[in-house]
Amino acid sequence: MPAIVTENLVKRFGELTAVDGLNVEVRPGELFAFLGPNGAGKTTTIHMLCTLLRPSAGSARVAGHDCVKEAWAVRRAIGLVFQESTLDKDLTVYENLWFACSLQNMPSRLARERIDEMLRLFELSDRRDQMTRQLSGGLRRRLDIARGVLHRPRILFLDEPTIGLDPQARRQIWQFLDTLRQREETTLFVTTHYLEEAETCDRVGIIDHGRLIALGTPEELKQAFKGDVVQVRSEKLSELAQAIREEFHISPQLTDRGLLLEVMDGEAFLPQLIRSCGDKIVGINIQRPSLNEVFLHLTGREFEP
Amino acid sequence: MIPIRPMQSIVTREFKRFFRQRGRLLSSLARPLLWLFIVGVGINRIVETPPGISYLQFLFPGVVGMVVLFSSMHSALSTVYDREFGVMRLILVAPISRLTIVGGKVASGSLLSLLQAGILLCLAPLIGIPLGLQQIILLVAYILLTAVAITGVGLLLASRIDSLENFAGIMNFVVFPMFFLSGGLYPVKLLPAGLQWVIYANPLAYGIDLFKHALLPGSPGMALGPDFALASNIGMLLLFSTITITAATALFDKEARLVRLATR
Repeated sequence: MPAIVTENLVKRFGELTAVDGLNVEVRPGELFAFLGPNGAGKTTTIHMLCTLLRPSAGSARVAGHDCVKEAWAVRRAIGLVFQESTLDKDLTVYENLWFACSLQNMPSRLARERIDEMLRLFELSDRRDQMTRQLSGGLRRRLDIARGVLHRPRILFLDEPTIGLDPQARRQIWQFLDTLRQREETTLFVTTHYLEEAETCDRVGIIDHGRLIALGTPEELKQAFKGDVVQVRSEKLSELAQAIREEFHISPQLTDRGLLLEVMDGEAFLPQLIRSCGDKIVGINIQRPSLNEVFLHLTGREFEP
Repeated sequence: MIPIRPMQSIVTREFKRFFRQRGRLLSSLARPLLWLFIVGVGINRIVETPPGISYLQFLFPGVVGMVVLFSSMHSALSTVYDREFGVMRLILVAPISRLTIVGGKVASGSLLSLLQAGILLCLAPLIGIPLGLQQIILLVAYILLTAVAITGVGLLLASRIDSLENFAGIMNFVVFPMFFLSGGLYPVKLLPAGLQWVIYANPLAYGIDLFKHALLPGSPGMALGPDFALASNIGMLLLFSTITITAATALFDKEARLVRLATR
């Protein structure tokens, strides 16, 4: 049984179609990343899967339950970490966790054990009685996540879990998520607009304008994109683009990093390029495609969070 | 089964917040003292009341009502604060019904009101209103009844306001008029007929009238005594509570809130 499956899921807000016919399946135990720019429909999708929003059309099943008809069963099976922190800053770390356990109607003894366990796992034990408002952004995020898994959800949704954190704190969050996955076999559904974070996930769905435009492991996505990316810097970009179009019959993409060319064999291409247009070129760089190139290739624009 | 624990945790959280927000604690204690010992004492000097009740004594039930009003409204409107700062989202995603959420809010609003009004009642003997055990028990019941109705009104308002900016508007156009037109500052029977009708629509008026019944015994029928019968006060408060809480629960639309957040 898939952890999550959606069928032509649609959400409209008046004129705006935020999610437009989404079909996606997430396997149990998977670390699945939903990658897309702001406003692509990631958060709206999460809110529908978490039964907080009603789909305008289509359906979704989470942990085997229908998100509309069996919303309560879904709620018991999932955890959700919102994009913005939902901690109560006037409560201590422990009180925030206790509040969440009570809302889940967990028996006290179980709640106490589970809170201690999660405080240890997320290395927050020594912060236990500290006021939440005194915590740094990274620590707060850890507490947000710890609170989201107190009731042992089978599926944990994380909406931009590392947004606004510095690189070190971001790396730490991912380490904690990794440990959590190994210990509890939780399925993780993560949205992100950090490409390098999506690279480390099991599978990635790329979403743009409410539609899924690619789905696969990071490797698969990059392989579907054949060849190399050649990045050329020049002072006469449009002139150079014109010359390349005429000479090689490929259309370069103009970006703020210069011209990007998709070619089958980058190394063999370079000498030809230099021979024909060398006078207009200031610098060249060959890259194996990253998810950024995949996104560029699929949408015709650069990935901009 | 009624989910006691989730409701209880909502109440506990509100109490912790109340005691940690020093400013709120202090202003909730200072406000009634200002009314009583500055406004009340001042007016007491210039008005001549019929024998039996001084203006200060007449004002006391009104000030108790004011404490209940401010405290209940504050608790109810804190749902707006919760929404802005996210805790409401956690509550929304928890597997609890909206009746549990509204119930938790009503319970915390009422108990916090009782606490604050209770502190004020300790001053009653100072202004010549001795309190017996029976009176205290009655007052506790009356205060809770009033607080439930006012919290209900507040929750109904909170379900319709989106941001804290509207908070000030609510204070100016709802809370203050509710106090001024409650019979707490002057007897309802002395007001022009038009204004009396406004007072009939104000749940606080019935609450304050109940407090007059309990705090000014022997005064029914007097100019400064209660304006309504005991039973009609209780009936009206129950009616207000039922209507506002039912409406607030029905309007507590989880999805609508998220849509507002999503499209903000």
